[in-house]
Amino acid sequence: MPTLTIDGRQIESPDGSTVIQAAEKLGIFIPRYCYHPGLSIAGNCRICLVEVEKNPMLQISCNTPVTEGMVVHTKSDKAEDGRRAVLEFLLANHPLDCPVCDQSGECDLQNFYMNFGLYDPRFREQKVKKKKAVAIGPHVMLDQERCILCSRCVRFADEITKTGEFGIFDRGDRAQLGLYPGQRLDNPYSANVVDICPVGALTEQDFRFKARVWYLSSAPTVCNGCAQACNVDIHYVLDRPHLNDGARILRLKPRYNADVNQWWMCDEGRYGFGWVDKGRLTRVRHQGVDSTWERAIAAIAAALGKLRENGTGSRIGVIASTQLTNEELFLIREIFEIGMGARVTASGPIPPGDSDDFLIKADKNPNTLGAKLLVSSEPGAPAVPTILDEALQGRIEALWVFGHDLTRFVDEKTLQELSRTLRLFIFSGTNENPTAGWSHWSLPTAAYVEKDGTFVNGHGRIQRIGRAFPPLADSREDWRVLLEIARELDHPMAWRNPQEIFVGLARAVAPFAGLSYEAIGSQGVALDLPASAITSAATRQNASASASEATAGKSREGGPNAPGVAAP
Amino acid sequence: MAVKVMRKRELTSWEKLYVPQILSGLKITSVHFFRNLSLHIAHSLGLLKHLPASVTFQYPEQPRPLAARFRSRHRLTVRDEGTPRCVGCMLCETVCPAKCITIVAGEHPDPNVEKYPVRFDIDLGVCVYCGYCVEVCPEDAIRMDTNILDVAAYSRTDMKLDIHELMDPALRKPLAACHCNLNFPHVCRLSGGQVKGDWNEIYPEASWTKD
Repeated sequence: MPTLTIDGRQIESPDGSTVIQAAEKLGIFIPRYCYHPGLSIAGNCRICLVEVEKNPMLQISCNTPVTEGMVVHTKSDKAEDGRRAVLEFLLANHPLDCPVCDQSGECDLQNFYMNFGLYDPRFREQKVKKKKAVAIGPHVMLDQERCILCSRCVRFADEITKTGEFGIFDRGDRAQLGLYPGQRLDNPYSANVVDICPVGALTEQDFRFKARVWYLSSAPTVCNGCAQACNVDIHYVLDRPHLNDGARILRLKPRYNADVNQWWMCDEGRYGFGWVDKGRLTRVRHQGVDSTWERAIAAIAAALGKLRENGTGSRIGVIASTQLTNEELFLIREIFEIGMGARVTASGPIPPGDSDDFLIKADKNPNTLGAKLLVSSEPGAPAVPTILDEALQGRIEALWVFGHDLTRFVDEKTLQELSRTLRLFIFSGTNENPTAGWSHWSLPTAAYVEKDGTFVNGHGRIQRIGRAFPPLADSREDWRVLLEIARELDHPMAWRNPQEIFVGLARAVAPFAGLSYEAIGSQGVALDLPASAITSAATRQNASASASEATAGKSREGGPNAPGVAAP
Repeated sequence: MAVKVMRKRELTSWEKLYVPQILSGLKITSVHFFRNLSLHIAHSLGLLKHLPASVTFQYPEQPRPLAARFRSRHRLTVRDEGTPRCVGCMLCETVCPAKCITIVAGEHPDPNVEKYPVRFDIDLGVCVYCGYCVEVCPEDAIRMDTNILDVAAYSRTDMKLDIHELMDPALRKPLAACHCNLNFPHVCRLSGGQVKGDWNEIYPEASWTKD
């Protein structure tokens, strides 16, 4: 391991690593456009120039390997002058589009110009005109004039998705980024090129002109789109409802997690947030008439309490959801399964879908494994159709459905019959659906971005989701509803929030032992599970998804020149 | 610290006489009184109209002259073809300390313009007339040079200017039975808050459509 000195501080860096990586470890930021830790080294933007002693020329730090005794200056006048000159070249043909450019506010050309550029432009010639506002795929918009030809997107398409749509064509100042003839940027990870584009050349069509980035607030959470549970940041606006027709979420951005999604996420997850603001249940309803939470909790608890007193707790059916957090599933287990002996099952409200060997998993629910660990873990646990059959035959009198649309299992006529035969039929969920319509009590609950909690992904990794903003209108978090029901049922629980519930959970359920929110942190923790538990969860959801994960995981730990994922 | 001794000026003997000083004061008042009186009489006879009778401005018949830099009601500047010069960058909305500007941006068919305001409202009941929006605008799209001072309405919602009044200062409040004359797509309050207008009307033979 060579030891080198950067800005007067010594650092040991592994053989083959580069100066920019060593500087990163010291917390020294060197400007970069073409360098991306997840991609191969191109070394073409030249903005990462540093001064290396005993070397007559400035060196690009992204492609200069560390050597023993190297002395590097990143902030010397010579290095800054060099970078300023590079920036002037990069900006020579860059249009002054900032007022209309969606990147402005998070644009590295703007940032670095304000950080160390600040020169008076000397380019008096006509700027080269290229194509603007070209939709190159379902999600991405290309502006060739704004491109600085860093080739990050080209390398992403070549190395990560291996679809190779992008190319840089022509020479000199006419060089332009484009797609190969006949190609469209429609791979399932296409919008990642927007994230890695350091300028405004590639922008999102979905987010286009909706807001300026400085209006956005950000909250870390985990995508609920599939069992991979990619780490994401929710970008939302609460104080300017006119921007997006009142919708709060404006976009999702992947958040780095070396063990889950690295820097990437799929388009399906990225654009799958529409339901959070559209078609939501907003009022407690009883038999189709608006009601209140107080009445609903009292009535439901009274009905459930009667069943419990009669010793007929097994006549209660609960269809829990794998979209619920571990804390909520734990409460369902404590109140219904253990407290009353109810028939509890957990199932995914979203049917399985496509999968690949990278991030997309067939199981489209984020907490299937958590649900398996917490409820319905016994071999004889009933399935959803069994519970519905029993309800139709009158052996179940009270049914609580969490988030499911039962029309996936039975037709609407049967649903109508259920509504007639059941003495108590409760639906709690986020969005309007036929089950909410036919249920006796329809309770609006919070979406995953409106509550705290944890999910266990398909690989047995427990990760925290975070509350970005309060629940919409009259809706409440499922855990709050369950705690109130428990209190009404004289089964009081001392917990006041998901964090405290999780402490109780960690004490009661073996795989979670010793964990807390602090221990899970922002990057999650791999649960100590037998391999069979993980694979059975995956196969149950008809997924061959995690099969190649082991090999993929290995190649991810490679050096900067071996990025991304192994070939399929 | 030096002490400066102020001495009261002694009155002259002429001043000490008292009456001449009173009369000289009365003279000034009388000159103005009789000048204004005769000028008002002359004005009512249609004479000497170019000479002002008094310093009072006969507002609103006679508008007060304003300084060139005076900040009056806003307007949006207009391109030759009748669309707003604004590109919807929302810098004015960002900088506005009163948060009285509301912009919703849309896609302009010309890729060299790209963006334009579908909706642009200023709530004059909230505006503090600081002029930051004019300062910050990169396109010279908003100005405060209409010289309109009499902004008044019967309700708070009527104090909101939308893109119609902003693009055409001649449209004055209250907007009674006024027709929408904007032909680009915009949120049209005059026809019920719907998006109204069509780009093809403005650019029937646009160069960028023939690609």
